[in-house]
Parts: sequence; structure tokens; C-alpha cells
Amino acid sequence: MTVTGETTGSRTVDGAFTPLLDAETRADVRIRTVSGRRRFADRAGRTLLWVAVTLTAIPLGAIVIVLIAKGAHVLSWHFFTGDIPAVTGQTTQGCADISEVFRAKYGIDCTPPRPAMGPAILGTLVSTGIAALIAIPLGVLGAVYLNEFSPKGRLARVIRFFSDVMTGVPSIVMGMFIYTVWVVNFGTEGRSAFAAALALACLMLPIVVRTSEEMLRTVPDELRHAGLALGGRRWHGIVRIVLPTALPGLTSGAILAVVRAAGETAPVLFTIGITFTPNASPAGGNTTLAQQIYNGAKSGDPLANELAWGAAITLVSVVFVLTAIARFATSRFTAALEG
Amino acid sequence: MAFHGEPETPELPLARHLRGSRSSRRADRIFTSISLGSGLVVLAVLTGIVVATTTYAWPAIEREGWGFFTGTTWSSASDTYGALPLVYGTIVTSLIALVIAVPMSIGVALFATELCPRRLRGPLVALIDLLAAVPSVVYGLVGLLAFHDVLQRIYRTFAGPSASGSSLLTAGIVVAFMITPVITSITRDVIATVPRPGIDAAWALGATRMEVVRTAILPASAGGITGAVMLGLGRALGETIAVALVVGSSVQITANVTEPGYTMASIIANTFNGEGNLLNQQSLMGLGVVLFAITIIVNVGARVIVDRAQRRLEGTA
Repeated sequence: MTVTGETTGSRTVDGAFTPLLDAETRADVRIRTVSGRRRFADRAGRTLLWVAVTLTAIPLGAIVIVLIAKGAHVLSWHFFTGDIPAVTGQTTQGCADISEVFRAKYGIDCTPPRPAMGPAILGTLVSTGIAALIAIPLGVLGAVYLNEFSPKGRLARVIRFFSDVMTGVPSIVMGMFIYTVWVVNFGTEGRSAFAAALALACLMLPIVVRTSEEMLRTVPDELRHAGLALGGRRWHGIVRIVLPTALPGLTSGAILAVVRAAGETAPVLFTIGITFTPNASPAGGNTTLAQQIYNGAKSGDPLANELAWGAAITLVSVVFVLTAIARFATSRFTAALEG
Repeated sequence: MAFHGEPETPELPLARHLRGSRSSRRADRIFTSISLGSGLVVLAVLTGIVVATTTYAWPAIEREGWGFFTGTTWSSASDTYGALPLVYGTIVTSLIALVIAVPMSIGVALFATELCPRRLRGPLVALIDLLAAVPSVVYGLVGLLAFHDVLQRIYRTFAGPSASGSSLLTAGIVVAFMITPVITSITRDVIATVPRPGIDAAWALGATRMEVVRTAILPASAGGITGAVMLGLGRALGETIAVALVVGSSVQITANVTEPGYTMASIIANTFNGEGNLLNQQSLMGLGVVLFAITIIVNVGARVIVDRAQRRLEGTA
């Protein structure tokens, strides 16, 4: 049974929709007249595609369920604000043997340490924030060059190509790069939120360049011509017309790059050092949620694992919300320009 | 000819006005230079990576010579650095990942373009986006702490007592989920650019939907899909943190993929810290250089293939 509309396209029983109504209608009619073997092959193919989609959905579902099951109970106000407790493993166990009187006399604190991630949340904000301040202006300006000044030039093509290639460079290489040019020169003091931000900026730069260029490309040429026709200079047109028009798209591209950087562990490992108390400064050892998850996962200690689960559910929530915002902004932006 | 073409006499008042003042012209030039400079940063960083990491690693590579690539022992205790087991682990995990991810990705991409009911389209795109957005370390955490024991029990029933929940196979499976979004999104773009006439012709000949896919869509997009798979391979080769957590961290070459292994990127993450044995650190940096070179080659190849395929398809459309 097929419902067709002359201008809108068609929709078959299984809900598939295609604007080419003739082809769709024909296919739907034909499927009842094709041989059993061909019909079976078609059914089998469709089933395989459904299986592929289901298999892809399983890991995401598993991750969400596991995170909630293992991480939700760790979360509390204290978790977001308190200092990261020392994971020693022995203190609380050894404590059980000490009598109450003895504890009171020598002021031994036997309350088990409560999981908290305050410094890691702060460190993630600081390092990702600095990285964004470096990478987003550079990336957007680079995209302006690629799309506004020399879209077809040889140099632009080289930059575009290597930006694409650079998005495929493993993030750990960025960490090693900043280690050799920054940390080596400054010793242990070189490990800081700023050094980590440099590595994250290297990671973000090509992403910002490419997404921004895509967004600039969707700005209609008529707007540029209008600017020039009014006697504006090129940079006027870019700063006053092109960039503001593309702003929602540029923002969502920037958010996606920030999301990527916030979740990265590899570039941070050798560049950020460590801290267990809040450090809002770009200098001095720091830590991020991703680094804490990595450390906590590697440790066999139950408290360390709890820290990791709590940090993971925090990080994933933020990442998912930001991704959703960015996608929503992009779709609104492209819809507005096309419509 | 005064009405045609550019006014060539700068004395005309209108022309002078349009050229603007010297300072405003300079502003244009400065703006161009700044944006060009920003674009060049990409090339500068790539060059910087090559020079800085190679310089740091050079003493180790020089000392080991070809043994750095062919040696089978990687030990800081005996100061012997042969990367073969790590190269082996990297290739094995990446291949396992591709074997799982390629059919899945092509299936999802075809589903999205050919079969997906309109109501499901939004959720499907969201699914792929979120799968790509989950940080690597979270994949590792879940794989290690939540699925280690289950997987170990399953492996041991098939592969004997040497099987471990942290193994090359586990790493391959985890990486497969991580590269699926990459391959899917590019494959979807490629399929979307397949010229309509070929597809319509297949329909007109009475093909079923899957026959259209097989005879019209897949052949036309084979080049682009190859490129997408290579991009996925590039990601798989360089995947670090998730692998570092679930691969088992054992330097060995074993045909049994359910045994622990190690990859180039993951041994860097787990053992590089810039302290202690300098030669060990330099050797790890050397691994980073090799990894960088391999991923650059794979990515350049992939980009060339994808670009060429897309240009060809757009040319015929």
C-alpha cells in the first residue's frame, strides 16, 4: 500500500520516504512481483542494515547505563567542589584496628575520604579555556584566509589539505610535541595548565579551521557583493557582514572543538603535571577530569575507581549537552541560510 | 572605451574615492596578512612536530638503527628497544577494529540514506554524533572496569586459560566503536553524492532496493568508501588512551589475539613521563615519530582518495 502525493513525494508502508515518487512507487509495486529469491535477498539486505544500526547503538547504550549505574551515586555537591582525596588504600583499613579512645586522644581521623573532583573540574575549564582562546581566533582567521581571500589559490589548497591531514594526527603526538618544545625547556615547572592548553590548541586548530571554512562557505556571495557595492573595504565586509552572518555556525564549530579538547587525555598526560587542590592559574601543576579518569581506571583501589566513575559521568554529561547545543545551532543556522 | 572595464586613470575623482585612503588600504593588507599568518600556523605546527620530536628521539633511533623497527624486545631494564611487538599490536588491533567497524559503518550509512524512516533520522544522527563525542578515556574506563570480567569469561571458553579480558581483541573491539562514527559520516557524504541518474536507471529496470544499493550505489561510491576506511584506519592506528587501558600492557607477539598485547600509542601513554631512563624516553619519542609518520601517510592517502572520488562524482552529477 503506497500513499503518494504529486509534489511531496511518497511514503511506503515501512515509512521510507523519498522525494522521487516515481521510483519509489515503482519499487514498491515491483517488490510484490519479483521472484522469491530476489525478494529474500532484499529482505536479508534490509535486515542486515537494521542489525548494523542496532549494533552501533549498543555501545552508546551500554556506556550510558554503566556510567549511571556506577557513577551516579558518587555525585554530590561535595564531589564538584571538594579537593581530590588522597588514594592510599591503607588508611581506612588500618583505622579499624585503632580504638575510639586512641583515635580521640591522638586526633586520628578515621572517616573514609569522600570522593571529590573540584580541582579537576577547575583544571579542565582552565586548560580547555586557554586552548580555546588560542585556537579559535587562529582557526577562524585561517578559515577567513581560505574562504575569503584565496579560495582557489595553491597555498590555500595546501593549507586546507594539511588541516585535514592534521585532524588525523594522533592526539598523543601533540602532547609529545609540546613536551619537547615546552616542558623540556622549563623542567618540572613547565608542566602546567598552559602547557596542556598549547597541546590541546594544536589539536583544536585544524578542527576549527575546517568547520569554520565550511560555515563561511554557506554565507551567500550576494552579501559580500553588497558590502563591496556600498564602498566597504574587504576587511569591513568580512568583519561586519560575513563573520556576523556565520557567527552561529562558527560558534557551533568552536563548541565541537572545545568538546573534543575537554575530553582528551593523551595530550594532557605529559604536559599538565598534577594537583590535588584547586589551581586556577595557568602556571603550576594542574589536572583535568580526563586525566583523573585515566589514573582512577588504572588503579585497583575502590576509591580511585569511584573517583574515575564520578569524573566520567560528569565529563560525559557536559560533552553530550555541549554536542547537542552545537548540533542544534548548526541545524538552525544552515536551515536559516537555505530557507 | 571609458564606459567599459576598470577606470585606468587614477585622476578620476570617483576612482580615487573608491580606492580609499592609504590607511584604509593598509588596513586591508594587514588583515590579509594576519589571516594568512593564521592559516600558516597549521603548516608551522606540522613542521614543528616533525623537527622537535625527531630531534628529541634521534639518539635512540641512531643507537638502535634498523633494530628499532625489527627488534622484538622492548625493555628499559636491558636498554633494548625493538618496536616490532608494538607495531604488531598496533596493526592487529587496527585490523580487528576495521573488520568490525567497516561493515557496521557502511550498513549504518546505507541505512541512513536509503532505509531510514524520517522519524528515525534525527535520533540516528544524534546516535552517531554522541558515539563520536564520548571521550576515549571513557571507552577505556567502561571497557576495563565494567566489561573486563565478562569478556574474559567468554574468551576463556574459546581460547583457553591464557586469554585475558585485557587483550588485543578487547582493544580492537573498543577501537571499532570509536572509529565507526568517522567511517559512517564520510561514507554517508560519499553516498549522498552518487549521481541520481544511475540510481534512477536501476529503479527503472525493476531493481529491488538492495539491488539498487549493490548495482548502482556501492560501485559508484567504492572509491570514497575506501578513503573513508583509510581515515578510520588512521584513527585506529593512533588511538591511545582507550587502548592503553584495555590492551593488557604486555610486550609480546602472539597469534592468540585474546592474550594481552601492547600498541605504539598506548605504551607511550603508559610509560612516557619525561623522567628516569633517558634512552627509554627517547625511544618512546621515537615511537611517536614513527606513529606520526604512519598516520600522516595513511591520512594523506585517504584524503587524496576521498577528494578524487568526490570530485569525480560531482563532475558526473
